[in-house]
Amino acid sequence: MSGLGGWAGILPFAAYVVVFLGIPLYVVVHGSLTTESNQLTFDNFRQTWSSPAYRIAFKNSLILSVWTSIVGALFGTWLAAAVVAAKRGSLLHRFVQSSSGVLAYFAGVPLAFAFIAALGLQGVVTVLLKHFGIDLYAHGFTISSMTGVGLCYVYFQIPLMVILITPALEGLRSEWQEAALSLGASKLRYLRHVAVPVLLPSFVGATLILFGNAFSAYATALALVGSTLSIVPAQIDNALNGNVLVGADRAGLTLGTEMIIVVLIVMVGYLLVQRRARRWLR
Amino acid sequence: MSALIAAAKKEGTLNVIALPTNWANYGVELTTFSKKYGIKIHSENPSGSSAQEIQAIKTSRGRSSAPDVVDVGGPFASAGASANLFAPYKVVTWASIPANQKVANGSYYQDYGGFISFGCNLNLLGSTPCPTTWAALKSSAYKNDVALNGSPLSANAALSGVWAAAVNNGGSAGNIKPGVAFFQALESSGNFNSTDCNAASVIATSCPITINWDYLNSAKAWGLSGSTKWKVVDPAGTPFGGFYNQAVSKYASHPAAARLWEEFLYSTTGQNIWLEGGARPVELGAMVKAGTENKAAYKALPAVANLSKAVVPNTAQATTASTYVTNNWH
Repeated sequence: MSGLGGWAGILPFAAYVVVFLGIPLYVVVHGSLTTESNQLTFDNFRQTWSSPAYRIAFKNSLILSVWTSIVGALFGTWLAAAVVAAKRGSLLHRFVQSSSGVLAYFAGVPLAFAFIAALGLQGVVTVLLKHFGIDLYAHGFTISSMTGVGLCYVYFQIPLMVILITPALEGLRSEWQEAALSLGASKLRYLRHVAVPVLLPSFVGATLILFGNAFSAYATALALVGSTLSIVPAQIDNALNGNVLVGADRAGLTLGTEMIIVVLIVMVGYLLVQRRARRWLR
Repeated sequence: MSALIAAAKKEGTLNVIALPTNWANYGVELTTFSKKYGIKIHSENPSGSSAQEIQAIKTSRGRSSAPDVVDVGGPFASAGASANLFAPYKVVTWASIPANQKVANGSYYQDYGGFISFGCNLNLLGSTPCPTTWAALKSSAYKNDVALNGSPLSANAALSGVWAAAVNNGGSAGNIKPGVAFFQALESSGNFNSTDCNAASVIATSCPITINWDYLNSAKAWGLSGSTKWKVVDPAGTPFGGFYNQAVSKYASHPAAARLWEEFLYSTTGQNIWLEGGARPVELGAMVKAGTENKAAYKALPAVANLSKAVVPNTAQATTASTYVTNNWH
């Protein structure tokens, strides 16, 4: 009876998941595997793979996700380490924790406009720097380039990393360090042989989450650059909603399925390192 | 005609889709039509695309909210006709539409169009003058200045901008390749500005030179405030034109209102409203001959050199061009 009650309890949530995740997932995957006359085919995949434009979109998406997740992970860990070192409950601790919570979700259109207002052609920072004789745009920087978009991504990647890595850093017990030091290890040696190996799986796992976060992001990029930036979500938008490509909706659905495959691979990797991370940190 | 008016009034509503009010003066078209016949307008997804219009006919079939009429780019009109989504209809002024701008059975027909132009935001350009030729865009005076209204893979005007560059650099309606090379050269020289210039807020702050259809490229069409100094230039050389197409949906829930709307758009009043919005209505030639065009609006159109040599591509050429751009633009 209680089992039944439990199932009934999740019914609203299950219905929600089916309507907003299950059905779209089915439509995307089904569309990518069929022809207009509903026959099974792999041609859609062959076509998107053989198109240079879509290959470049994947390349751009991957490069953008990789570097913003690594930069985000490194700076995020650094910041989190500083916070953990500070006393728990101190002002710094509370300030960084709560602002990370807010900033990790400051993405999409508001973030893009904040960046345009700051670093756009007429942005406050751009104009201010010009005042001091530094012309960003003369040095090849533009906010609508891959670098500009990546910079924008890093802005939400760092706080997300702080949120993800802080529990792992807090799980490092001070007894371990004391034990190592009392046995004559140097601080460096402790880091190399204890702290880093224990933290590495959590670090890699969190970096994978950041990768997925950047890979699937599109609102920020679209608001910042529009569809001139060739990343996969922008190409899906072109194929499904554009004013130029006729009958490209299967290509759009196929690109969607390919993105799902990439994210699945990342998630499997995440689960594997998570299992490893749990060995020490609980 | 009076029977059509009576039937349309009885239906009482017209469903339109993807018609922005600042696009070719559509806002005035809609309110004038609505007032004249007492028919309510239901305007769905005003900033939608041609693809979404065709999709809406397919998916909302049988619903009272289904679009009655569409205004779509050439390739989408042709795709819609071959998917049998349109109801052929010939307006009473059918003869005034040039033969090469309509399909014989009346399933779709061009409505208004214009030429590719340079829209210059003089506030951003400062003392640098607005360019008047394609070659001038390569000048080092225009570093990071030259922008399209989106990606040529999604915005029809952006594709046409690339195509116009092709036509003026050794290409043709059937060969867009030199246009892609032209923009690649602009990008490597740092003159290309990859901002998506399709909203007033962006245009005002980030787009010194926007390449777009001339009727969409005026300060008024962009909805810019009076403080923005703006100039639109149809560049010298071979003009590149493009027209949109009207079609009545086969599944229109207000079939009479849909046909009355077409009659209104192709009447002198409807054609002149487009003209007042800076677009060139398809019956303009016939109207100038008859002297029924709005003279002031006609005179206010941006000057186009070599009008008789203008390139206006057909649907087959559009497919070739979009395929080439899909595979080579990045």
